[in-house]
Amino acid sequence: METGVPLGGYLAVGLMMFIVGVIGVVIRRNPIVIFMCIELMLNAVNLTLLAFAKYGPVNQGADPTQTAMAGQMMVIFVMAVAAAEVAVGLGIIMAIYRLRHNIDVDEMSVLRG
Amino acid sequence: MMPEWVDGRTIMFAMLAGLAGATAIGVVAFGNAVRSALCLVLNFFTLALLYFTLDAEMLGVTQVIVYTGAIMVLFLFVIMLLNLGSPAALEEKPDYIKKALGFIFGGALFGVVASQVVLPFVETRQAFAPERYGAPQGMGKALFTTYVWPFEMASILLVIGIVGSILLAKRKV
Repeated sequence: METGVPLGGYLAVGLMMFIVGVIGVVIRRNPIVIFMCIELMLNAVNLTLLAFAKYGPVNQGADPTQTAMAGQMMVIFVMAVAAAEVAVGLGIIMAIYRLRHNIDVDEMSVLRG
Repeated sequence: MMPEWVDGRTIMFAMLAGLAGATAIGVVAFGNAVRSALCLVLNFFTLALLYFTLDAEMLGVTQVIVYTGAIMVLFLFVIMLLNLGSPAALEEKPDYIKKALGFIFGGALFGVVASQVVLPFVETRQAFAPERYGAPQGMGKALFTTYVWPFEMASILLVIGIVGSILLAKRKV
């Protein structure tokens, strides 16, 4: 019998983190914690991408090195987008706080300053 | 007695997976935003170790530098600034309807994805990636040949992000 960690294990961890992030985005009202939950979801997807990069079956005729590299490149770009997103998003939260002195998302129902 | 497919790697993975799940729940469950942030730091470290178990060393190191090094410092900095202004700004009122709806929809999503995506791969143990596929040499080569256009686009995006956040921070409200 083959040993080692199955692909399903990594996918289960990724799915669990993603679901916790989804529930957090729905139930929390603090925008900073909502941002953290979005980061949690992005990282869960990164984990599944890397798991598929290692274990994913290669198509007939495809280069396995290229296939494994595609998943890692996707993770790199997700990280770059997440960094830009956090910088802008936290700037927006600070701007809202300076304007209203309150950052409860349920009270920010109007999209104007 | 343990089943025969349990080896050192499996035990290591189980420990890391448990830690990742527990810290992920901690991020959502703690009422204090600083505790959530520290749980998230631990979660990102655990994820970096999970990347190492997948032989993606380069991305594991990048994870530690980018997420725990840069992004979490930004988070803690903003929490600190908001707490200095007024501690009441981070308080939350309970809302049971929203909680119930969140758990119902989260559970439904979990059921759908687990049955359709996770279950077919429970027995997949054969790795198709070549040895040392996560080494920096190969990744750098791919990044500057096949993926050079996305790479340049990412740099433009990061410049726009930097300029945008400076603009947001300096604007008079």
